[in-house]
Amino acid sequence: MLADEGNSVLPLSDDVEFSDMEEAVDAPERIAPVIEFRDICLAFDEKVILDGISFSVRRGETKIILGRSGGGKSTIIRLILGLIKPDAGRILIDGEDITDYDEPELMQVRQKIGMVFQEGALFDSLPVYENVAYRLREQGTEEEEVDAEVRRMLRFVALEDAIDKMPNELSGGMRRRVGIARALVGDPEIVLFDEPTAGLDPPTARTICELAIKLRDLHDVSSIFVTHEMNNLRYLSSEYAVIDENGEVRFEKEGERLCMINTEIMMLRDGKIGFQGKDEELMRSDDPYIRTFVHGK
Amino acid sequence: MPFSRLRCNLTVFFFDELPTRFPMNPLFRFIAELQDVSLLLWRSIISLRHGPRYFAETLRQMDMIGVGSLPIVLLTGFFTGGVLVLQTYPTLEYYSIQNESGRSVATSLIRELGPVLSALMVSGRIGSAISAELGSMVVSQQIEAMRALGTDPIRKLVVPRIAALILMLPLLTVAADIFGLIGGGIVANYIYSQDVQVFVESVRNGISTKDIVGGMIKPLFFGLIIGVVACHKGLSTRGGTVGVGRSVTNSVVTASIWVIIFDFFLAKALQYLLDIGRL
Repeated sequence: MLADEGNSVLPLSDDVEFSDMEEAVDAPERIAPVIEFRDICLAFDEKVILDGISFSVRRGETKIILGRSGGGKSTIIRLILGLIKPDAGRILIDGEDITDYDEPELMQVRQKIGMVFQEGALFDSLPVYENVAYRLREQGTEEEEVDAEVRRMLRFVALEDAIDKMPNELSGGMRRRVGIARALVGDPEIVLFDEPTAGLDPPTARTICELAIKLRDLHDVSSIFVTHEMNNLRYLSSEYAVIDENGEVRFEKEGERLCMINTEIMMLRDGKIGFQGKDEELMRSDDPYIRTFVHGK
Repeated sequence: MPFSRLRCNLTVFFFDELPTRFPMNPLFRFIAELQDVSLLLWRSIISLRHGPRYFAETLRQMDMIGVGSLPIVLLTGFFTGGVLVLQTYPTLEYYSIQNESGRSVATSLIRELGPVLSALMVSGRIGSAISAELGSMVVSQQIEAMRALGTDPIRKLVVPRIAALILMLPLLTVAADIFGLIGGGIVANYIYSQDVQVFVESVRNGISTKDIVGGMIKPLFFGLIIGVVACHKGLSTRGGTVGVGRSVTNSVVTASIWVIIFDFFLAKALQYLLDIGRL
């Protein structure tokens, strides 16, 4: 069973029924971009960070942004959140042009976006429960609802036991997972991951990627995943989540039977888009810069 | 280049990750900083028009600022009053007006030393704490996280702190004044054997309602200065933990200097408006 509203994969072989899925993929609300950058330029003094960047992310799609450190990857995320303004170009969220929005208007837009920071960025004076409940408390949600939602989110990241701990009692991986739980409260349509696996051991990094895959395939969330780790790219672009007959989440690899269509890679290079496409195209690229980045030589 | 184009250095606006365009020119740096502080103050004022308002946070800050600073402010007031009498009594005695020692200490304390010393103490204790807390939140991306979660850091962090300082500093000043008079009275009585009744009578003759009102107006402005400067320095922190240390130092030094400069102009304004300080 493909328990997927987001249609993470398309069938390749004849024995799989795919007419319904094609219809769903072509539906107007799915084609309309959730995030759209139109010719965005940004420079800090003399240093050009982004130079005419245009891309879009559709509903239920994950865009993996690769690039070297300081190459403008995290800047794209800040622009989406309206934390900084572009020098030129337009940014659209859910079809709404937010480029010239002031702070109160941006606050409304941010309600539909979840953000996972590199180090978690947890409020260190608040326990895990209050960190996850933060957005709901700000919205004045009833205590019962807050409690249920916090527990649901901590269950999703498998950290219900850490509910009363303070952030300084958590390991790096746990902090990131609490950060993910906090970002997901209120079921945002968009989730932005800013190098969420940086500095983590491979199994914990894998767990974080699995959470991102679950969000994409089982919850139809659009996301941007900023990273420079090729393992993350491999997991996100070649595996999908399904719910098996026992109701358990299972991760399967794309193969001859199914090909993933909802994950795309974008590589930044000197402020411009150096590559945009599927993982297979990236791996086959003859560009020396891409080859060095992907294969390390 | 018009000042409006100077790039904002404040993380809550964050139109630029880098320092201002004129990092080496002290004049431009001063103007850019003044622009940042004015913007922060303006945003704090206009954020009062609409909710959400963080009353619980304001109360928590009032407790931390008011109750927390009470011991050091009382000690400062007590010993300042004591030393004032200790130093002025012999001079007054020389002119045979030692019975006016209460008037001397009351006038100095209530008009000047009470408000200024309380403000300097609070600047050292609270201004540093505010800039350290906000600076740490900046470098650990907590401010960005707050904005990403749809909360305005100015409403949530800046306004409660400034409001608490404006409300608590006058009360702390009154407490410092009272303890200063007690300290002065003890020194006059125990060291110079002046009758307590004479000292109290001299204090009562030496101060007027206008003095007390003037002494309460000054701390309102000082609270505003300490709050805005500390929040600004904290929110414009750059450069990790070293940057936090730098922000704390800058916050205390800048706020203290501004308190002393403003004190002069406030004294002159109050002299004109309330007719204080004229014989």
